Amino acid sequence: MKRRMFLKGAAAAGAAVGIGFDMSRARAEMRQFKIARTTETRSICPYCAVACGVIIHTLGDKAKNVRPTVVHVEGDPDAPTNRGTLCPKGATLKYDIDNPNRILTPKVRRPGSDHWEEISWDEAVQGIARHIKSTRDRTFVAKNAKGQTVNRTPGLAVVGGCTDTNEFNFLQWKFISALGVAYRDSQARV
Amino acid sequence: MTNGWVDIKNADVILVMGGNPAENHPCGFKWTVEAKRTRNAKLVVVDPRFTRTASVADVYAPIRPGTDIAFLNGLIRYALQTGRYHEEYVRIHTSGPYIVGDKYAFEDGLFSGFDPAQAEYDKSAWAYRADPKTKAYQVDPTMKHPRCTLQLLKKHVERYTPEMVERICGTPKDQFLKVAEVVTSTGNAQRVGTITYALGWTQHSVGVQMIRAAATLQLLLGNVGRPGGGVNAMRGHSNIQGSTDLAGVFDNLTGYLATPRGELTDLKTYLKAETPTTLNGAPWPTMNYWSNYPKFMVSLLKELYGDAATKENDWGYQWLAKVDGNYSWLYIYDDMYRGSSQRAGGTEPGPEGLLTFGFNPVGVGPNTSKIINALSKLKFLVVGDNYQIETATFWKAPKEYGGPDSSQIKTEVFQLPCSGFAETDGSFTNSARWLQWKWKALDPPGQAKTDQEVLARIFLAVRDLYRKEGGALPEQVLNVSWNYTDPVNPDLGEVLKEINGKAVTDLKDKDGKVIKRAGQQLDGFSQLQDDGSTSCGCWIHSGVYTEAGNNAARRGTQDPTGLGMHPDWAFSWPANRRILYNRASADAQGRPWDPTRPGIAWNGKLWVGDVPDILPNSPPGQYGAFIMNPEGVGRLFTPSLNDGPFAEHYEATEAAIENPLHPKVTSSPVTVRFHSNKDVYGTRDQFPVVCTTYRLTEMYHYWTHHTNELNQLQPGFFIEIPEELAREKGITNGSRARVTSARGSIEGVAMVTRRLRQLTIDGKRVWHIGFPLHWGYEGDPKHVGPLANFLTPSAMDPNTWTPEFKTFLVRLEKAS
Repeated sequence: MKRRMFLKGAAAAGAAVGIGFDMSRARAEMRQFKIARTTETRSICPYCAVACGVIIHTLGDKAKNVRPTVVHVEGDPDAPTNRGTLCPKGATLKYDIDNPNRILTPKVRRPGSDHWEEISWDEAVQGIARHIKSTRDRTFVAKNAKGQTVNRTPGLAVVGGCTDTNEFNFLQWKFISALGVAYRDSQARV
Repeated sequence: MTNGWVDIKNADVILVMGGNPAENHPCGFKWTVEAKRTRNAKLVVVDPRFTRTASVADVYAPIRPGTDIAFLNGLIRYALQTGRYHEEYVRIHTSGPYIVGDKYAFEDGLFSGFDPAQAEYDKSAWAYRADPKTKAYQVDPTMKHPRCTLQLLKKHVERYTPEMVERICGTPKDQFLKVAEVVTSTGNAQRVGTITYALGWTQHSVGVQMIRAAATLQLLLGNVGRPGGGVNAMRGHSNIQGSTDLAGVFDNLTGYLATPRGELTDLKTYLKAETPTTLNGAPWPTMNYWSNYPKFMVSLLKELYGDAATKENDWGYQWLAKVDGNYSWLYIYDDMYRGSSQRAGGTEPGPEGLLTFGFNPVGVGPNTSKIINALSKLKFLVVGDNYQIETATFWKAPKEYGGPDSSQIKTEVFQLPCSGFAETDGSFTNSARWLQWKWKALDPPGQAKTDQEVLARIFLAVRDLYRKEGGALPEQVLNVSWNYTDPVNPDLGEVLKEINGKAVTDLKDKDGKVIKRAGQQLDGFSQLQDDGSTSCGCWIHSGVYTEAGNNAARRGTQDPTGLGMHPDWAFSWPANRRILYNRASADAQGRPWDPTRPGIAWNGKLWVGDVPDILPNSPPGQYGAFIMNPEGVGRLFTPSLNDGPFAEHYEATEAAIENPLHPKVTSSPVTVRFHSNKDVYGTRDQFPVVCTTYRLTEMYHYWTHHTNELNQLQPGFFIEIPEELAREKGITNGSRARVTSARGSIEGVAMVTRRLRQLTIDGKRVWHIGFPLHWGYEGDPKHVGPLANFLTPSAMDPNTWTPEFKTFLVRLEKAS
């Protein structure tokens, strides 16, 4: 049954039992669009490389530290490639943004352990930085076996970036360069 | 893509191979439908499965996974034998007239120059013929010389008769001929065809040569550079193009500059090795645009090291890490697993710490068990993601993947909550090379932070440690520029400005007039200098953020030519050019091959239309169309690849049959196998069924099984099995089946189908099956499923080192 038919049926049923007040004014009042008061943000679908334009509709009073609610995501009719259309994945982007499975806190799994422990960002960042420094200092190769200056850190590997922005990729490359990482790759290869 | 998504509407013929856009790029596929609707274009689909792309095709031909080169060489042969190719285009825009040196030969499956001990080719055996005195290359404009590349190509593909195509690919001869007739109908000035492909081509041990064969066919048909033409990769991730452009792989710096190797000990040596010299003797001189390499490289170093980069210190070249050998995907895990690697004749450690952002190595594979066991040897692992992905919990992976018990794994694992696409601004580069800006809609949830903030915090913490404590070559760490208004959370607009590049000191033209004041954004890469007066993070992107503002954020919808170029929408690299090699869209006099679909045209003074590839005021005949090649023309013969100058059919690493063309050389002679105890390869007597993997419309990689709404649409893993095979194995639709390769075994619901059919290969019956790759052990417990890449081998292409995910051997049985 279509939703509209269901509503019609419900109204008819209501009328049949006689609910005792006049519904006509309520019916005559135009329903507010859900997206009438939303903020529209132009974005790009994060899945495949068609890169469809999308519009993210959010509601919120824009107060500091108040996260708005995503009420709707739709195709951007101006985007030349998708012209407002989306595939099933793009059409459900609201549920990727507003997803109960998102991870929300930094965690660590200690050596030999069988569980996660929550840690603060500060602990996580300091712990990772210490690992990076000790690995780099321990494995750094200033000259290769032929005596050529190579300045690389074989103990570190960095991968990723294909679902991230160009700008993140560039920052990641700077980070990689700063550490002398040679083992680096991304989904661009695989 | 040489062209773009919307441009597909200009095609007369669309050949889809190694991809399935109706299901995997649905909103891009609409332009194929548009071409069919408005131009009566013909859609030709060649695929192992009768996909939904195939279901709307005008011609469909089945093919055995991994045999596309035999099919494409068959098409090339057909075009050359019947004369259905664009001869004038081949003469002026390709290397067809170039004469090849006497050392080149092909015999019994091997090109000349093969070194069996190293399993490598000496590529100097494939050089063009050059005059010993002047070094000038020789050409024969009539293309009749038996050693010209066109004649050599003709000879090379002679063996790929329709009968041979049927023998290798299993494609019935009449279906192959139907495809050949439609595809070669574009071998003239009046008609244009495009080829679109995806990972069904790249993920083979002969992946590059598949694309090479397609490019050769398109050059013969005169389809490259023209609206509605080209060789078009339908890339798989929102920013896989951007990641490739921005040093995402170990062998590249940004903009396809080469990562320096150990023997290139100073900048001068490096630039000499990497800057190609213009080849003499071309009918038209070439711009040889890579001759500007020093400008791109010095500007990049100036950007990376800022004030620390000076002429005296080689602009900081010494601080760049140099590589010796291969550090690509499969080597990362091989060296991690073995704990060491051989480099430049010495032993060095393997990776002991891994950082991964928005990437799931355990899901990606191949050979999942090896990856899990490799990760188990790490001292630390950092996973930045939106969801709890399989990589973050490798230490508690199900037992069947063969990892050690959690208590034995000493790895410290950090799981960091990062931002989703909506939670940060920044640009993605699509398949059409368009950098499109997106705006931030909301903050990351909970304590999650943007990826750039997480990365920046780690970087700044490491830098502080080196400032305080010193350590190994602190200059490498300390000299990288990080001059953002908020260093802890860099503004991505500021980063895009760096990528574009700016004048470091006042920039003057030839007459001494200042064209850019110090600090101003550059207009494009033509302003780059090799004297430290400009900085630029990625030369091919230069022009994206000029003094006029952020061009990636442009939203003009105008389409002045009506060809779907949309020049005012976002920014297309390079130089906002929408179609690469567009000089080839016009004839020798600069007239478009088809006046109704002009790429660019010479108006007597200037090239008009798309942004021209060549100098806008260079008259026809001054420069060749293929400006990045030292020859200036498109290559029919490619002396630079590692596995041969022409594409040749080789079986996959796990070969389903002996190669009918040369049984002694069945698989590619230069593919690499790994030798750890986790690297096992199956043979056809034990594993007689050919297997491939693919994506589904409703699912995305290893990501969307965390989204319940999509789990409802595609609830779980299944195995697609041809009807006849299922009957033979007693497997019914909806029952359970088990697939086993030499590396692992997985079970799932059997989907008995007629989309895959029995093939007759070389006179024998061969089955192929397939399954989608989207599941894993994380996510909603009701929707977990096996990791598809548990079964795939550590085999790879010898040029790109992309693993061979798309063809491997398995055994199929009914699950109890």
